Amino acid sequence: MTQLALVIDLNVCVGCHACVTSCKEWNTSGWAGPLSDLRPYDADPSGTFFNRVQTFEVGEFPNTETVHFPKSCLHCEDPPCVPVCPTGASYKREEDGIVLVDYDKCIGCKYCSWACPYGARELDERQRVMKKCTLCVDRIAEPTLPPEERRPACVLACPTSARLFGDIHDPNSEVSVAIREQGGYQLMPEWGTNPANHYLPRRKTRIRIHEDELLRADNPLHKEELPELPEGAETLDDVAW
Amino acid sequence: MHPALSVIFLTTLIGAGQGFFLALYTGQVYSLGNLLPAQSSLTFYAYGSLIALALLAGGLLASFFHLGHPERAWRAASQWRTSWLSREVIILPLFMGLVLVYGALHYFGLTRPVFRLGQAVVVDLSLLVGGLASAAAFLLYLSTAMIYASLRFLQEWYSPLTVANYTLLGLASGFTLAAAFCAWSGSELVLFYTSEALLLTLIAFLVRGLSLLRNRRIRHKSTLQTAIGVRHTRIEQKAQGAMGGSFNTREFFHGRSRAAMRTLKYLFLVLVFGLPLLLLGAGLAVDSLWLPAAAFLIQYAGLLLERFYFFADSRHPQNLYYQYIS
Ligand code: SF4
Ligand code: SF4
Repeated sequence: MTQLALVIDLNVCVGCHACVTSCKEWNTSGWAGPLSDLRPYDADPSGTFFNRVQTFEVGEFPNTETVHFPKSCLHCEDPPCVPVCPTGASYKREEDGIVLVDYDKCIGCKYCSWACPYGARELDERQRVMKKCTLCVDRIAEPTLPPEERRPACVLACPTSARLFGDIHDPNSEVSVAIREQGGYQLMPEWGTNPANHYLPRRKTRIRIHEDELLRADNPLHKEELPELPEGAETLDDVAW
Repeated sequence: MHPALSVIFLTTLIGAGQGFFLALYTGQVYSLGNLLPAQSSLTFYAYGSLIALALLAGGLLASFFHLGHPERAWRAASQWRTSWLSREVIILPLFMGLVLVYGALHYFGLTRPVFRLGQAVVVDLSLLVGGLASAAAFLLYLSTAMIYASLRFLQEWYSPLTVANYTLLGLASGFTLAAAFCAWSGSELVLFYTSEALLLTLIAFLVRGLSLLRNRRIRHKSTLQTAIGVRHTRIEQKAQGAMGGSFNTREFFHGRSRAAMRTLKYLFLVLVFGLPLLLLGAGLAVDSLWLPAAAFLIQYAGLLLERFYFFADSRHPQNLYYQYIS
C-alpha cells in the first residue's frame, strides 16, 4: 500500500513562507474552489490556508535557536478526524493514504477539527465547509503536467529543498531514506495518530578534536623545545652532508 | 474551546426534554404498580408530551445554527457506524417521533389494554411506546455525551464522568420541570416529582463536583516539546503564521480570564444546584405554584452557564501551536 507524505527538514527551512504562498496560489485557483480570505486588506485580516509556517525560539538568550516550523495536515495513518465525521465527507483514500474532505458532502459541523490534535483543519468562513491540505491531489497525478512537476506546490516552491515528497511505505523512497538516516520523527506521538508526514530534526555538524591532535608530535612546523643534551653529545644536526 | 451558543442550547434543551419525558413515563410506570395515582391521559401525558416535544424541537432548531450547510444535514445520518455525532443525529428525531406517538396515543385515548401481566399489570400501547422512547432517551444522553467523551486528546472530556453528567443534569432539570408542570396542572404528583428532582439534583451535584475536581488536577499529555519535537525546557512561540488570527484562534480559545472562569464556575454551581435545591426543599414544605417553576427556570439558566463552562474548560492540544500571534 502507498502512503504519500511530506518530510520537512527543520534543519534547512529558513521560514521564507514560499510554500505557504505557493500552496495558496495553486489551491485557491484550482479544482476545489477558492481558499477564501476575509477582510484581506482591512484591519483584522483572516483567511483559509492549508499550510502555515510558524516560528519558535528554543533556549534562553544568548543560547537561542530559531526553529521555523511549517505545519499542514499530516495525513495520519490512523486519522482521528475521519471516523468522527457524521457525513462521510472526511475520508482517507485507500490507494495513496491522502486524507481528504468532499466539499459537496461536508455540512460544516467542525467536529473533525475538534478531533485533529494538530489544528490542521480550517473552516472556510465563506464556503462554510472544512478545508485542509490535499497534498495537491490535482497535481500529483495530473498527466498534462510534466512528470517533474507532479509534486505538491509547496515542494516545488521551497527554495532550500526543505520539503521532500514521496511514499513512506516504500523503504527505498527518498522520504523513507531521509526518515531512516536523518532521524525523522512524528509530531505528538502520544496520541497514536501515526502521522505520515515526518520532520527531520535540527542537526549540528561538529568535529571532535582532541588536545593531542592540536599539538601534533610530528608537526614539522612546530617549534619544539630542544631536549637538554649532555655536553658534547652528537646530534643529528651535527651531521652535515 | 470556544463554546458555541447553538450547541449550548441544543444540549441543555434536549437534555431537559429527555428528562421531562422520562419523568412522565416514570409516573406512568409507578401508577401501574399502584405506587402513584393514575393521571389523566389528556392533561397530564398528552400535554406533557407536547412540552417535551417543544423542548426537543427547540434543541433541534438550535443545532441547525451550528452547521455551515444545514440543508445537507440529512447526510449526517450516514456514518452511524463510527461517529457519535451521526448516532445523535439519528436518535434525536427517532426519540421525537416516539414521544409524538406516545402523546398522540394518550391524546386520542388509545389506552385500551393490549395484554395483562398477571392480575394487576395492565399493558397498553402507550406503555410499550413509552418504553421504547425511554430507551431512546437514554441512548440520546449517551450519544450526546460521547460526542465529547470520545475525543481522547480533549482530556477534560475524555471520561465516563462526562456521560454521567450529561445524563444526570438532563434528568435533574427534566424532573424539576415535571414538578413545576404538576404544580401548574394541579396534579397530586407534585410532591413525588419535587422529591425526585431534589435527589437527582443532589446526585448531579456530587458527580459534577467530581468532574470539576478531576479536571483541576489534569496533566496534559501534549507539550510544546512533543508538538514540535524539540527537546528543550524553554521553547517560546514567536509567530503562528498569521497576523490576524485564524480559524484555529477563533474556534479553540474562549478568551475569558481565569478569574472570569472561576466566577462562572461558582455562579453555575449556585444556579444549577444551590438555589434549586433550596427552592425544591421549600416546595416540599409549602404548597406553591411558583417554587418549582422558579427552581426550573433558575436551574435551566444555570445549565446554560454550566455548558459554557464545560466547553471553555477543555484545552485542545492544537492551542500549543497558537500561543502568540507574532
Ligand atoms: S493531521 Fe489532523 S486533519 Fe490531518 S489526518 Fe491527522 S488528524 Fe486528520
Ligand atoms: S465539518 Fe465536514 S468534514 Fe468535518 S466532520 Fe463535519 S461534515 Fe465531516
